[in-house]
Amino acid sequence: MSHKQRVVVIGNGMVGHKFLEQLVEDSAGFAELEVTVLAEEPRAAYDRVYLSAYFSGKTAEDLSLVKGNFFADSGVFLHLNTKAVAIDRELKQVTVASGEVVAYDKLVLATGSFPFVPPLPGKDREHCLVYRTIEDLEAIQAGAAVSKVGVVVGGGLLGLEAAKALRDLGLETHVVEFAPRLMAVQVDDGGGRVLRRKIEALGVHVHTGKNTQEIVDGKSARHAMNFADGSSLETDLILFSAGIRPRDELARQCGLVMGERGAIVINDQCQTSDPDIYAIGECALWSGRIYGLVAPGYQMAQVAADHIMGKTESAFRGADMSTKLKLMGIDVASIGDAHAATPGSLAYTYVDEAAEIYKKLVVSADKTKLLGAILIGEAEAYGTLLQLMLNEMTLPANPESFILPESAGGAPALGADALPDTAQICSCNSVSKGMICSTIAAGTCDLGELKALTKAGTSCGGCTALVGQILKSELAKQGIEVKKDLCEHFAYSRQELFHLIKVEKITTFDELLEKHGTGEGCDICKPTTASILASTWNEYILKPSHAGLQDTNDYFLGNLQKDGTYSVVPRMPAGEVTPDGLIAVGSVAKKYGLYTKITGGQRVDLFGARVEQLPLIWEELIAAGFETGHAYGKSLRTVKSCVGSTWCRYGVGDSVGLAVRLENRYKGLRSPHKIKFGVSGCTRECAEAQSKDIGVIATERGWNLYVCGNGGMRPRHAELFASDLDEATLVQYIDRVLMFYVRTADRLQRTSVWRENLEGGLDYLKQVVIENSLGLADELEKDMQAVADTYQCEWKTTVETPELRARFNSFINAADVPDDNIVFVEERGQIRPATPAEKAVDRIATVSL
Amino acid sequence: MSAAKEMNMEHAVAVCTSDKVQAGVGVAALVNGKQVAIFRLRDGSLHGVSNFDPFSQANVLSRGITGSLQGRAVVASPVYKQHFDLLTGACLEDESVTIATFAVIERDGEVLVIVD
Ligand code: SRM
Ligand SMILES: Cc1cc2nc3c(=O)[nH]c(=O)nc-3n(C[C@H](O)[C@H](O)[C@H](O)COP(=O)(O)OP(=O)(O)OC[C@H]3O[C@@H](n4cnc5c(N)ncnc54)[C@H](O)[C@@H]3O)c2cc1C
Ligand code: SF4
Ligand code: FES
Repeated sequence: MSHKQRVVVIGNGMVGHKFLEQLVEDSAGFAELEVTVLAEEPRAAYDRVYLSAYFSGKTAEDLSLVKGNFFADSGVFLHLNTKAVAIDRELKQVTVASGEVVAYDKLVLATGSFPFVPPLPGKDREHCLVYRTIEDLEAIQAGAAVSKVGVVVGGGLLGLEAAKALRDLGLETHVVEFAPRLMAVQVDDGGGRVLRRKIEALGVHVHTGKNTQEIVDGKSARHAMNFADGSSLETDLILFSAGIRPRDELARQCGLVMGERGAIVINDQCQTSDPDIYAIGECALWSGRIYGLVAPGYQMAQVAADHIMGKTESAFRGADMSTKLKLMGIDVASIGDAHAATPGSLAYTYVDEAAEIYKKLVVSADKTKLLGAILIGEAEAYGTLLQLMLNEMTLPANPESFILPESAGGAPALGADALPDTAQICSCNSVSKGMICSTIAAGTCDLGELKALTKAGTSCGGCTALVGQILKSELAKQGIEVKKDLCEHFAYSRQELFHLIKVEKITTFDELLEKHGTGEGCDICKPTTASILASTWNEYILKPSHAGLQDTNDYFLGNLQKDGTYSVVPRMPAGEVTPDGLIAVGSVAKKYGLYTKITGGQRVDLFGARVEQLPLIWEELIAAGFETGHAYGKSLRTVKSCVGSTWCRYGVGDSVGLAVRLENRYKGLRSPHKIKFGVSGCTRECAEAQSKDIGVIATERGWNLYVCGNGGMRPRHAELFASDLDEATLVQYIDRVLMFYVRTADRLQRTSVWRENLEGGLDYLKQVVIENSLGLADELEKDMQAVADTYQCEWKTTVETPELRARFNSFINAADVPDDNIVFVEERGQIRPATPAEKAVDRIATVSL
Repeated sequence: MSAAKEMNMEHAVAVCTSDKVQAGVGVAALVNGKQVAIFRLRDGSLHGVSNFDPFSQANVLSRGITGSLQGRAVVASPVYKQHFDLLTGACLEDESVTIATFAVIERDGEVLVIVD
């Protein structure tokens, strides 16, 4: 019997790992293979693209690319700490550093590249480092701890990313670049100038046109770097980021065909000059090019996997090197022929030095085709421009509109319809518009399903919006209106249900279901209805007719934690709390053995309460003068404040006082999603109000109101809505904005996303709220006043009503018996939930009453 | 009373009075050391499933929201929102997962869980 085909992969980096995933994907083909991976690093594949996140607290596990028990489940043998040192193509075997040999039928080289360090005298001195692996980052972290100044050699993409890392580690940071500008490969002189100004504004010193000659002992710092022009720079730490070199030593040793300047030559099937050996990722050279980006590597991984499994039609045909990234918070994008190298090409540039925006378009001589672009400071047009170039689409008569600001008549984004079927929508997974359309034509009308079937949007997520647009427009063509139905029980959107409930004065879910729905309801329509009923009639949310509609957080008036316990957050308006209040919170926490933490919302969270403890805990907190903090509700969370003019020498307004009043006005307002406010006492903005749904900043003449900001998953700055308001007008506007949001937003839509989807944008919102264009202003204010007038502390009502308290019994037939699966262990002097392994071993009981 | 019924009664554990189990609001019961989540649907029917959520490894299913999905009566886990069929215990999102189910009956104004 013939043995299974033995596939050996050298390197478990990003591309090598993608290759494994592609193999496993085809379960029939994979069953015929025996796969072994030789990996030099001490850990399995991790996300190098997000490597810098390691400095902002991501762990090696967070960065891991290994999904679940990938290796155990698939049976792929992974050998860590195992460097391949030689390939014998005659015997078809690989020798590893320990001397062992591994036989192969097919060999895949995915060895990536190493950082290039210029051969300077002194380059091996202490704390002269590179930036490629987690070990490198550990070395940088250790080096930074004993350094004051850091220099990055190389002002390319990676160098600037490394500079940000050094700055974040608290070092005085310099970038030294040989070329006359930063990011010389991607941007031109004009772009480089704007970029430099922006980076310097972030406190990073930039030195261009500097040729380092040697590194020697410094006087004020560990090293001194001497440059060709006679100048020098003193520093404690040096980070080389001067480009990458393919790791092609194995290929060279076994005689594979190499490129003139290194890298392993491959054909369209990713085979090297030996058809049983493949090379993929950064070590490979295709058609004279090395691709130093992950997306082309992923495409090679797919092609090589296909080819090994006999799918011979798959081919690598090159990849686009356009890039868009956020560097130190600055949008930078480069597309195609950014330097206008094409003969006869013409360029348009738009520069706004005040706003530090630089944009350039390169078009063909006849102005009909886009050849390239550079966007700095604002890159929203990236998606549109990239598609225009990749698909060689005909440009409109005035191409400059793509880079002009909206106020000057800038062009709207390109509609999905305009794209040809060949347009590559998802570059991570090579999905074309045609593939997406045919999946829709085959009957998919749901975005989630579409993503699962085509894989578009499942890696970096950058293309999801476009995939959604295509879905919408294709369905519209089929005559299917994109369903905004809440769920299978209601053929209405949230807005429509809101309207029905209000107009028909519906007060219970049962009534709504009977009149307008079908079936039993579900975990989507029940909480949504509960929220609308609360926004409209504001009854006690645990009234028998409402209780079963609530998500567990609202049902138990606490946040469910991973182990089935709940957290307790008393309201501390504006983050203000008396010493006695703090002592009372502390005493309760101590008595019930709860874990305590200061939250990001300027208050205290007590974790680890079992259901049956909740009423007892709240009884004591209420006695001490606290109210529920609604940390569990889709409702107002906190109004964050800074100390303001009462104490701060710069304050021009009493931010704490206003924040307390705002928190008390809007507490208890149930809304489509949670709402957060911030109030700062002056323009220094210590309360970060511009990242909140509602932000207020004191001015010399009153208050500036900002709306629809967001932190969280996709941060968005709030926009200035009105200036220098007195408090009465401020409250009036907030009433109107929030009630309009409550009425018209989708389920679980924060104000930021609501605002982005609002036709007419901020101007429209201003018309509705300030100019009262819909004549709704009075009604909105009245509705808000009604909610404020009917406020009750849900916990107070609950603890005072015996039959309500009975809901918190742990078991219906054993009221006070604790759940024995809730187990805590001690960490840093407090409790935390035990891990499953710990639960199996020793059980440390909670403080039980 | 027939022999078979007597057998059943021996394995039926009374947990509470009927009024304690309201439509759409689950409760947890401790039956011979096992945690059972009991639900009543809008049609009055009673259902029992294990209270243990295999995805979060916590005893929380009684706190889930009940409903129907394509005609199947389900409860949604309050933690990661998977749905479990109240009749078969099957997880709708992951075919490989099924939780235990328990027959729950009502007699003389009391709710009883049948254990075997
Ligand atoms: C406790 C706290 C973290 C902490 O220890 O500091 C926290 C904890 C949780 N956050 Fe948060 N967030 C907390 C402040 C924040 C902040 C900071 C802030 O409010 O200034 C943010 C970013 C600001 C923002 O929302 O714009 C934040 C953005 C999120 C998001 C992302 C929201 C978004 O629109 O992108 C979620 C997920 C969601 O709501 O869908 C989330 C969800 C959660 C949940 C509820 C997740 C869950 O369902 O279990 C966490 C459990 C809360 C609990 O009490 O058990 N949390 N969360 C903070 C509670 C503040 C408070 O006093 O109420
Ligand atoms: C900080 C940083 C930021 C980046 N940002 C981006 C970005 O924003 N966008 C983008 O597209 N790309 C980015 N890149 C580039 C991207 O990470 C690479 O293109 C990608 O990792 C290449 O994958 P690879 O598998 O070819 O190489 P690698 O991921 O380097 O993997 C190669 C692996 O092979 C191992 N190996 C080598 N030789 C041997 C041997 N002889 N025996 C055993 N194992 C061996 C190595 O130890 C390594 O683990 C970034 C890179 C870095 C370092
Ligand atoms: S925002 Fe202004 S008033 Fe508030 S603490 Fe900062 S400097 Fe002081
Ligand atoms: S482009 Fe990255 S997921 Fe589609």
